[in-house]
Amino acid sequence: MNNQLVINEVTVAYSNVTAISKASFSLAEGEIGCLLGPSGCGKTTLLRAIAGFEPVTEGNVSLHGESISNAKYTQPPEDREVGMVFQDFALFPHLSVSKNIGFGLSKIPAKQRDERINDMLALVSLTNSAEKFPHELSGGQQQRVALARALAPNPKILLLDEPFSNLDAELRTQLAAEVRTLLKENRVTALMVTHDQDEAFAMADKIALLNKGKIVQIDAPYQLYHKPSSLFAADFIGKGSVINVEIDAAGLLGNDLGSLSIQTLPKDLGNTVKLLVRPDDVTYDKTSDTKLPIISKVFLGPNYLYELALTDGQCVPCLTQSHIDIPIGESLPVRFDLRHVVIFNGESQVL
Amino acid sequence: MTVIVAIPVLVIIASLSQPFSSTWQHLADTVLIDYISNSLLLMVGVGFGTLILGVSAAWLTAMCDFPGRKILSWAFLLPMAMPAYIIAYTYTGILDFAGPIQSTLRTTFDWGYGDYYFPQVRSLGGAICMLSLVLYPYVYMLVRIAFLEQSTAVLEASRNLGKKSWQTFFSVAIPMSRPAIVAGVSLALMETLADYGTVAYFGVSAFTTGIFRTWYGLGELTTAAQLCAFLLLFVFALIMAERWSRQRLRFHHHSANKKLVRMQLKGWHAYTALLTGCFIVGLGFVIPATQLVIWASSRWQENLNGAFLSLLLNSFSLAAIAAICCVVVATFLAYTKRVFNSRLELGAVGIASLGYAVPGTVIAVGVLIPVAWLDNKIDFLSRAWFDIPTGLLLSGTIGILVFAYVVRFLSVSLNTVESGLSAIKPSIDESARSLGAGPGQVLKRVHLPILRSSLLTAALLVFVDVLKELPTTLILRPFNFNTLAVRTYELASDERLVDAALPALAIIVIGLLPVLLITKSILNERASHE
Repeated sequence: MNNQLVINEVTVAYSNVTAISKASFSLAEGEIGCLLGPSGCGKTTLLRAIAGFEPVTEGNVSLHGESISNAKYTQPPEDREVGMVFQDFALFPHLSVSKNIGFGLSKIPAKQRDERINDMLALVSLTNSAEKFPHELSGGQQQRVALARALAPNPKILLLDEPFSNLDAELRTQLAAEVRTLLKENRVTALMVTHDQDEAFAMADKIALLNKGKIVQIDAPYQLYHKPSSLFAADFIGKGSVINVEIDAAGLLGNDLGSLSIQTLPKDLGNTVKLLVRPDDVTYDKTSDTKLPIISKVFLGPNYLYELALTDGQCVPCLTQSHIDIPIGESLPVRFDLRHVVIFNGESQVL
Repeated sequence: MTVIVAIPVLVIIASLSQPFSSTWQHLADTVLIDYISNSLLLMVGVGFGTLILGVSAAWLTAMCDFPGRKILSWAFLLPMAMPAYIIAYTYTGILDFAGPIQSTLRTTFDWGYGDYYFPQVRSLGGAICMLSLVLYPYVYMLVRIAFLEQSTAVLEASRNLGKKSWQTFFSVAIPMSRPAIVAGVSLALMETLADYGTVAYFGVSAFTTGIFRTWYGLGELTTAAQLCAFLLLFVFALIMAERWSRQRLRFHHHSANKKLVRMQLKGWHAYTALLTGCFIVGLGFVIPATQLVIWASSRWQENLNGAFLSLLLNSFSLAAIAAICCVVVATFLAYTKRVFNSRLELGAVGIASLGYAVPGTVIAVGVLIPVAWLDNKIDFLSRAWFDIPTGLLLSGTIGILVFAYVVRFLSVSLNTVESGLSAIKPSIDESARSLGAGPGQVLKRVHLPILRSSLLTAALLVFVDVLKELPTTLILRPFNFNTLAVRTYELASDERLVDAALPALAIIVIGLLPVLLITKSILNERASHE
């Protein structure tokens, strides 16, 4: 597969701040990528640099093998064939739905244009709303118009800037999955920006995690969740606690956590390591002798999320079925299932 | 651009650094106290008048429900179409010794001259009444919105805690809308200070009449400018009050409870409400407008002639040129602000938008001084180089008049264009760009269509304001160049009230256009509140 988008060592700096520093990332044709990170991490800046709204200070952005942004040259946004769905959708208020979709098609003959508009309307199931104006549509419909409008000129890549953040929470993950299906069926290369990991997991093949202007990890959603490469990634993605544990050469852990079922531990591992414990690493077992006092609990419908205290006072989460209902202050019998556990030495992951 | 627009005001302020002449001393000894005290009395009187009229009108239409409320809620705006000098001379005609009221009284009771007391319209009190009657809509508009946006829950809480409805009105509703009241009254007072026609016609010595007298009567331009500077002090105080209260307005939005429950008035309460409303609108618009129609129709054969048509043509073309200039400059400034958005630009645009608060008289004097200076320089250079005297090249030309209008009314158009432009978020531009439209295309295919109605509105507002503007035109117009406003004022001053009715009516009819615009937005907002 060819790389459709290649971002190579891109830096975007303003007079006093560096928004993005030496970011590298690539997307194959038809692949859906995601820039994920907390607000202010520079993810939107990077997206806007790809769209041509921000010049890059260093590095190179190339699309379909052609350089579109580098330190010396910024191709104007209108010449890039990059589609973009904006956070606030940015529909033209004075144009109807079909005119909005046809906006980027002014260079093709009228007949083909109408056909394309109709195809697009059908694609996003808005054929009946063709003559409506943006303010007459619901948020979800506006979002679909924005998507159809961006896709209509057949862009080389589709960029989506927090595309679901203006929608109701219940709708988001569902829509993200729908949009993914639509993009996949049409073999669209896409890159979205979000701070919401659920959206990222629902949409993307490949996620670049950003922190403070740097890409800290690029991985598939599963890897990112289960194999975070840094404490930041472990903390940002999913629920869990990072605890300090003593460890001996045989892999036996302090705090009565049992021993790690691993064959080889790095030689230079110190006496103390940081351990990422996910809620599913601690399981309820009423026959277990290990009983930990309950600090707090949250009812999640199908589950309870307990927070348990270890002997030295550090806390670990535990997810149980919700009919296992034990009051705060009493103890929960648990078993540690440390097969997937992630160990950090300092800031970075070792296992 | 903004520097040029700011010149007149700067010239006026700079005039304070000139030595004060003996005329100034003479003024200070004799009439200056009169100017100050009369202007202050006018402000206090009009302040109270517009406050009472505006707040009652707003309360009735926003918080109560009674038959006729919907019609009244836009009819309360009608007096805006009535320039103060026109209502002033109309009431003079109605209430004077020879007018219909006093004549009827005399014939009914068989009185003669001096047998009875009748209040004198042409007085300070009369001026206060006239100005209040046409300026209260400023208070009405702002306070009405404040009332509509007040959370009814707060009012209900007050009732729930044991306050009667009138106690709730004074202890909760009024304090909550105080910023809107202050903003509205400040606007009305700015117009009061700017008024020349009414006070001149009534013979009240206020600042504006003083400025005219100092310059036309005594020929002292510097002293007139210094008087203007004093007037500006008052104006700046009002601007501060208005800005301050607008900032407070932002904290007074209670959008939590949008559902509006109006007090249902029944029986004599409803009749009182309706009568109060009709009384205000009747005095402020219906009665004077009817009188003008009667006068105009009694003489229309003589007056509706070629001279009147050329008057219309003069006024309309002047207003149209000024409107186009204002909109072009405003669009340019609004775009500069949008693109550069720097502190300096914002400050410059802020200065440029001061004009509307500054009385037309002040702007006219502020334009006249630098233009006269420039004329003298050109004349001097031309004599020196070509031995040709150019005389007054710029003074008394249409161009200078239009420039003064732009200075005065730029803020009207700027506000409208800016609010239109603010509807175009930056992401709209970017989405057009990412769809393949270059900057020119974005302007043509996105901005112009979206802005079109704002630009038209801006042009219309300026057009109407220019048509109504009296003092600026009076001072700066080319020799023998007449407009509707000037002609109305001249005829009224010559006591040819009946002949003045036709141009006055023309001004009022055009003045109704912006009222219709506001009515339209009120109707829209009603849909969102009900």
